[in-house]
Amino acid sequence: MIAVRTEELRKVFGTIFALDGLNLSVEEGTVFGFLGPNGAGKTTTIRILTSLAHATSGQAWVLGKEVTTNRREIAQQIGFLPEEPAFYPWMTPREFLDYVGRVFGLQAAMRSTRTKELLALAGLEEAAKRRIGGFSRGMRQRLALAQALVNHPKVLFLDEPASALDPVGRKEVLDFIEQLRGQCTVFMSTHILADVERVCDTVGIINRGKLVTAAPREALLAQYAIPAFEVEVDAKTEAALVPWSEALRRVTWVTTISLQGLVARVIVNDVEAAKRELLASITQAGLILTRYEVVRPSLEDVFLQLVGQEEGQV
Amino acid sequence: MSVFVAYRKEWLELIRTHRLLIVAIVLVFFGLTSPLLAKFTPEIITLIPGGEEISKIIPVPTVVDAIAQYVKNMGQFGIILALLLTMGAIAQEKDKGTAAMMLVKPLPRGAFLAAKFAGLASMFAISLAVAGIACYYYTLLLFEAMNILNWLVLNVLLFVYTLVFVALTLFCSTLTKSQAAAGGIALGLMVILGLIGAIPTLGKYLPGELIIWGTRLMQGGTTTSWTALGVSIGLIVVPLLAAWLIFERQEL
Repeated sequence: MIAVRTEELRKVFGTIFALDGLNLSVEEGTVFGFLGPNGAGKTTTIRILTSLAHATSGQAWVLGKEVTTNRREIAQQIGFLPEEPAFYPWMTPREFLDYVGRVFGLQAAMRSTRTKELLALAGLEEAAKRRIGGFSRGMRQRLALAQALVNHPKVLFLDEPASALDPVGRKEVLDFIEQLRGQCTVFMSTHILADVERVCDTVGIINRGKLVTAAPREALLAQYAIPAFEVEVDAKTEAALVPWSEALRRVTWVTTISLQGLVARVIVNDVEAAKRELLASITQAGLILTRYEVVRPSLEDVFLQLVGQEEGQV
Repeated sequence: MSVFVAYRKEWLELIRTHRLLIVAIVLVFFGLTSPLLAKFTPEIITLIPGGEEISKIIPVPTVVDAIAQYVKNMGQFGIILALLLTMGAIAQEKDKGTAAMMLVKPLPRGAFLAAKFAGLASMFAISLAVAGIACYYYTLLLFEAMNILNWLVLNVLLFVYTLVFVALTLFCSTLTKSQAAAGGIALGLMVILGLIGAIPTLGKYLPGELIIWGTRLMQGGTTTSWTALGVSIGLIVVPLLAAWLIFERQEL
């Protein structure tokens, strides 16, 4: 089943197209990373999907319901973490979670249980009676995540959930999100590739208000894989590295070869041939191998490749 | 149901942020000092150089002076407090992001708005009630007993008068994200209302007439101003409805 869908979604601010015909489809149960540079339209998309903003044209559905006509029903089934979560500073986290529970219509016993569970999940048990106004950014972010889970949402919208956090806070939040895998659909916007690479199983890349691509992470990495090998040799055989690379340059399955210290990066046009013959050529050249690696492309490579293509088209 | 949930939060906020306490203290202070000031003004004047001559021409203060002083104070401070405490009610929640955080949940915007108004109305009702009791007690001590029923009606009219400004300011607070801008627009509307009220043929139908009606009642007058009351209730309901319609369609 499709958890989130948009069709030709447009949002225009004056002469700026924040969204320019966005077509998106997110399968239920996935952790979807909505990736794009700043100003690409990520937050605008989430704001439309959560009914905080209206599309200029086009339509959007969450859990099969059109967002403009089913605001209340959708609100019952989603959780939302804004980029900059805001709280009532005079409240304690316990009171805030209780208030959210009341808004969702939870009974007193259920509210109390859920509040305890979420305070524990967010690591805020000891701060349960402190005023939120005195919380650190990390604590606020964890509370924001907790409040988004009060109703056991079917779809959880997270807008840049870890962008403003220090490395420890970021790890905590990403671990938290990872725990949600299989429990609900997570729609997470971010401009940080490492976060997506770490927790998301499906990736959508948006640029200038349009979806550039969307696919399972592994499929995307495979599709845009750069066929490359990296070879590192022992310093004792460094002298043999240049003649070997010159010889290799003339081989038909090699596209380019670059040297950096003791490391040679070989880009190939026939991966299978390279797998068969590269190691043999190293041995024949008398090089002592310390590392041999089929280079796995990073999401950053794919992102830059795709967004770079887009920019080039403009 | 949702409106009660939202109202509960508003009520807690009034207590925790000490707003209720501050408004009550301000209004009770002026409630207490009104009969005091009326009673001792001639004596205070004798303390200033040449004041003894002036005090001779000042009539002996009566309960009517205490009531006049009370009505003037409550009317003025009611407006000021309504403006100051209402201008950020919606605007600030939109600006800080708490409105977006909560209204993404199944909390209807109408309930959010109604709870705000109900919270402010509760604050002014309680504060005016305590101020009214305080003023009644001091007037009794310094002058004489007043007609309790008429005193109650006067305070209800003062309450309705204050709510007009609460509703107008809440409407302005819905229009913008800036509480300063909301306050500015509300002040503009109040000035316009004041200018129209200064025209005698129109003024008798506007909220200012409620204060005159209440004072008249305390002086034993029997002329009523039901039209002014109807217009005032209209000036509460219409801005609230307009605020709701605008807020429903607003992007947060």
